[in-house]
Amino acid sequence: MPGDLWFLYSVMLRSRLFEEAIAKLWHEGLISGEMHLGTGEEAIIAGVVAHLREHDAMALDHRGTAALLMRGVDPVLILRELLGYADGLCGGKGGHMHLFSKEYLAASSGIVGAEGPTAAGFGMAAQYLHPGAIAVAFFGEGAMNQGMLLESMNLASVWKLPVLFVCKDDGWAITTQSEKVKGGDLSERARGMGVPVMEVDGCDVSAVWEVSHSALERARSGEGPTFLHARCVHFEGHFLGFQLIRMVRDPLREIPEIAVPLTRSFLRPGGASLGERLAGVKTVLGAALSTLRDPRRDSANDPVRRARTTLQVDSLRLQELEDQVEEEIRRAVTSSLGEVPS
Amino acid sequence: MKTMFFAQAVDDALAQAMADDPRIILLGEDTPLLRRNLLVRFGPRRVRGTPISESAFLGAGVAAAMAGLRPVVEIYMVDFLGVCMDALLNHASKVETFSGGQWTAPVVVRVPCGGGYGDGGQHEQSLWGWLAHIPGLTVLVPSTPADAGGLMLAALQQDGPVIFLEHKLLSEIWLEFLGSGARSTVQFDVPAEGAKSAVPKKWEPLPIGKAALRRPGSDLTIISVGVGVHRALDVARSLEAEGISAGVLDLRTVSPLDKAAVCETVAKTGRLLVVDEDYEGFGLSGELSAVILEAGISCRYARVCVQTTIPYARNLEEEILPNRQRIYAGVKHLLQ
Repeated sequence: MPGDLWFLYSVMLRSRLFEEAIAKLWHEGLISGEMHLGTGEEAIIAGVVAHLREHDAMALDHRGTAALLMRGVDPVLILRELLGYADGLCGGKGGHMHLFSKEYLAASSGIVGAEGPTAAGFGMAAQYLHPGAIAVAFFGEGAMNQGMLLESMNLASVWKLPVLFVCKDDGWAITTQSEKVKGGDLSERARGMGVPVMEVDGCDVSAVWEVSHSALERARSGEGPTFLHARCVHFEGHFLGFQLIRMVRDPLREIPEIAVPLTRSFLRPGGASLGERLAGVKTVLGAALSTLRDPRRDSANDPVRRARTTLQVDSLRLQELEDQVEEEIRRAVTSSLGEVPS
Repeated sequence: MKTMFFAQAVDDALAQAMADDPRIILLGEDTPLLRRNLLVRFGPRRVRGTPISESAFLGAGVAAAMAGLRPVVEIYMVDFLGVCMDALLNHASKVETFSGGQWTAPVVVRVPCGGGYGDGGQHEQSLWGWLAHIPGLTVLVPSTPADAGGLMLAALQQDGPVIFLEHKLLSEIWLEFLGSGARSTVQFDVPAEGAKSAVPKKWEPLPIGKAALRRPGSDLTIISVGVGVHRALDVARSLEAEGISAGVLDLRTVSPLDKAAVCETVAKTGRLLVVDEDYEGFGLSGELSAVILEAGISCRYARVCVQTTIPYARNLEEEILPNRQRIYAGVKHLLQ
C-alpha cells in the first residue's frame, strides 16, 4: 500500500516553508545560537513520522524541528520557543536543540548519538506500558561512530526492543566528510549486531514511507529493531552560517579571510616539510572543492521538488494545496512574532 | 606593542611549541578545518580530524601521551566531556598514582566552555569545578590572550593531564562558529581586554597555579576566572565613583588553586565575593570559602554563580549568568 503522496507532500512542504521562515528569523538575529535545519531530509522524517500513533515515541537529534512539526506540535509553539518566549513549547528554555514534547513523547538532544539510548529506553517502556507502541531514533551518519548509539543498537537487538533506528546519511559529520572518518559500511555494522537493515533513497518520500511501514509493523509485533539507512543532503550543511557554504555563496568576501592567514602560516619557518605542508593545503582545498561540487546544488536531491513533480499532473489541486500550506505558515509566523509575553 | 585575539594567541603558542617539539600532535572533530592554519604548516600527520567518537579519541590521546606523544585533544565543548569522561576520571587522572608515580599521561585537552551567546544549557556550561574535583587533573581557565598563550605553553610542558578551557565569549573563532555564524544582526557582551590585547613577542610558559591580581583593592576582594574576571573588573571600576575600593583576583588556574594568593588578599580586605560562571553548589565558590576557613581567616563572604540549568532565551540566560548587576548587588551586600 503506497502512502498518500498528497499528504506526504503537504507535510514536507509545510516543514520546508516553516524552516525557511526559521532561517530568515535567525539571519535577522531574532533566534540566537546555532541553527541546524532539516531542509533536505524532509522525506525521511515525513515517511517515518506519518506512521506514528498514540504512545509512539521519538528520540530526536539537534535537528528535530521538522519531526515535531510533522508529529503535530503547533508551529506557533515551536517558533515562539526558538524566539525565546516564555510561552514557547519549552518556556523559552530549550531552544531548537533541546525541544521536548511530553504530549508526543518526543525528546531532543544536542549530544550526537544520544538518540540511541533514548529510543532504546522509550522502546523498553513501551514493552511494559503500551505493547505495540514503538520508538524512533533520528540521527545522522556521524552518530554511527558514537559508542552509545552502537551500544543501543545491540541492546535493542538482544532485547527485541521496538525501535526504528533512522540514519539520515548526508555524508558529512559536522563539517568533516564522513568518508574520511568512517571505517567499513554502516549497514554492515547494524547487521553485525543482528539488526536487519533497510536501505532507501532518502529523497524519495514514498519509498521511505513504504520501508518504514514494514519496519514499524515488525517492531510493533515484537520482532525487534530495524536500521533504516536513508541518504539525503542538507541544503545548509551542518548549520546556518557554515563557513564552507558561505565561501561558495560569497567567495569574494570569505576567501581572503581564509586565504591570507592560511598562506602566512604555510610560509612560516619551523614545522613540517614542504611535502607535508602541501598535503595540508590539499586537505583544505579538498574540503572546499567538495563543497563546490556539492550534491545540494542538484535539485534532483530535493525531496520536496521530487514529490511535487509527480503531483504536477493535477496542477489545480497542487496549487490549492500549496496556497493553503503557504497561508498556514505565513499565519503561524505572523502570530509567533506577535505580542511578547511579559 | 603586539596584540592578538584570544584563540589566535592559543594557536600561536601552540605553533611555537609544535615547531620545537615534534611529539605534539592535534586531534579532534573538525580539527583540520578549525585549525587549518596549523594544518598547512605542520601537515596532516600532526593535525588530525577524528570521527564523532569522543570516548575513543580522548582515551587514545591519554594512552598516546603515556606512550610518549604530546597530544592536544580538542573536544567541541566542555559539555561533551560528559560523553567521554571515563578517559579523564578513571584513566588520565589515575595513571600517576596507580603506577606508583612512575608513569603519567601528559595530554592537553583543549575545550571551549561558557555561555552568553544563546545556545542553551547543553552547550554553555563551565564545569571547571566538576573537573577540578578530580585529583590528578590540572584545570586552566585563562582570561586574556597573553595568559591563554602562556598557559597553553605551560600545559604542553606539564607532566600530567591538563584541561585547557577556552571561554567562547573570548574566543573569536568559537564565537563566530557557534554564536554569530557571521551574522551582523546579533550582539554579544564580549570583554574587549579578554578578546584581544597585548601578547609577548615570544611565548614563555606561565607558571601553573599562580593567580594574578588584576586590580588591588582595600574594601573587598572579588575572585573569579574567565569572563567573570572582566565582569568583576567592570564593576570594580564603576564602584570607584562610590568610593569603594574593590580588588580583583584572577585565579587563572582552578586546579591547583593558588591558596596563598587567595588567603593573602582576602586577609587584607576581610571581604570575599566569588564570581563564578560554574554551578554554585559543590564547586569553586564553596572551595574558596573552605580555603579561607582552613587558613583561619575571618571574612564576610558572598558568591555570584550559576544556580540552574542555563536557559536558552538570551534574556533568561543573561539573568542567570554572573552579570554586572548581580556582582554589584553582591558587593553591596558584603559592604552592608
